[in-house]
Parts: sequence; structure tokens; C-alpha cells
Amino acid sequence: MKELIFYALGAVTLASAFLVVLLRRPLHNVLFMILTMIGLAGLFVSLHAEFIAMVQLIVYAGAVMVLFLFVIMLLNLDQLHTQEGPRGLRWWAGALIAVSVAGLIVLGFKYLAPRPIPPMERIAGINNTALLGRELFTTYLLPFEVASILLLAAIIGAVILIRKQS
Amino acid sequence: MVPLQNYLILSAALFTLGVIGVMVRRNLIVILMCLELMLNAVNLTFIAFARYLGSMEGQIFVLFIMVVAAAEVAVGLAIAVAIFRQKGSININDINLMKW
Repeated sequence: MKELIFYALGAVTLASAFLVVLLRRPLHNVLFMILTMIGLAGLFVSLHAEFIAMVQLIVYAGAVMVLFLFVIMLLNLDQLHTQEGPRGLRWWAGALIAVSVAGLIVLGFKYLAPRPIPPMERIAGINNTALLGRELFTTYLLPFEVASILLLAAIIGAVILIRKQS
Repeated sequence: MVPLQNYLILSAALFTLGVIGVMVRRNLIVILMCLELMLNAVNLTFIAFARYLGSMEGQIFVLFIMVVAAAEVAVGLAIAVAIFRQKGSININDINLMKW
């Protein structure tokens, strides 16, 4: 049953990621990216990372992708045809680099994780969110605060960049 | 139980698709999306290892990756809008002011 769920979610995720790269209209790209995010959230649930899965749905599928949609609608990019240019040399260079990256990653996996690792059993009585929250607000409190400063800087930077010069 | 290797191979495939997108596509917004795809592939690796090694650090790291990705998208899209205002296009072949 678990295998079935994994393969179904993996197939949906891979297929929609493939369409994100392949399709020409940015609007379709965004919609298939949302599908990829939802598939990944399902995979996170199957890995017992429920909180991360919900954050994935809310932040990625809900906020980031809607931001992309907003920009595409705002700039009217769907009507504007982006010149993709001739496919020849660039396409082959891209494919070559991608294949070498894939080969490197697979080699790394082969040597770094040579034997299957049995999954740890969960600690009884503590759920994922409580554990994550406790770690985040004790051990990782400083990175957490730094992350909030980074978000503030990003907000201010985005507003300044996008403001109309008068 | 699904072996760890399956998750790792899926994540490698997603990462490779992201690399192909960044290499092949010319639309700045689609390139940003492919960057997100690569970040998500890495997130999947982290979560899979966190589960199979029974540690929480992977999930914490994924939360921080999400924060950085959100900041990156906000600033990147703002840059895209600014470039569109200036050039009337977001084809990255037109953005060649600093190209040698």
C-alpha cells in the first residue's frame, strides 16, 4: 500500500515537473508547478513530516505560486510571446549538463548510502509538530530569529525594487 | 516500506529537471520556477534522510530552506518586474547590459 502511494505520488510529481520545463505558456507552467508542490506535500506526509507538508501547501502552493501568477497577470506575460529562439545547440548543452548532474548525484547516492537504512520508529506520544516546535525554539532559536530578519530584508528590498520612480 | 533509495532517485530526477529548465528556458519567470523545483528536490532529500535516520535536523533545515526560497522569490520577481518595466521583455537574452 505504501509503495503504491509512493509510486502514484512520485509519478504525478515527476510528470508535472516535466511539464513545467516543457510547456511554453508561463500560466501552464505555474499551474503544473502547483501540482508538483501538492505531490511533494503528499510525499512529505508519507515520510511523517506532517507539519512540513502543511507548510509546503500553504507557503509554496498557496503563497509563492500565487505570487508567480500575480506577476504573470500583472505584466500580461501570457499574451506576450517570449522568444525561445532556436533549440539546437543550447538544448544539447542543457541536456549534456543535466545528464552529467544526474550522473554525479546518482554516483554520490551510490557511495554515500550503499546499504538501505531502516527507518527509525517514532517516539511515542510526541507528534511531529510539537517536536519540531520544541527544537526550533530551543536549539535553533538564533537561526530562527535570523530568518525573520532575512524575511524583513526581503520585504523591504522587494518594495524598493518594485516602486515606481517619480 | 519504501526504501530510501527510491526517494533519493526521485529527488535526483526532480533536481535534474530543474537544471534542464534553467539551462534551456529563456523566460526569466520560468527560470525562477525551475530554481524552486531544484530547492524542492533538495527538500525532499532532507525529509527522506530525516525520516530514515530518525533525526529532526533535516526537517528544521527544510523550514529554513523554505524561508530563504520565499525571500528569493519575492526579490527575484521584483527584479523581473523592474526589468520588464525597463526593457518591455523578460527574455533573458535581452538582459545583456553586464554581459562581456
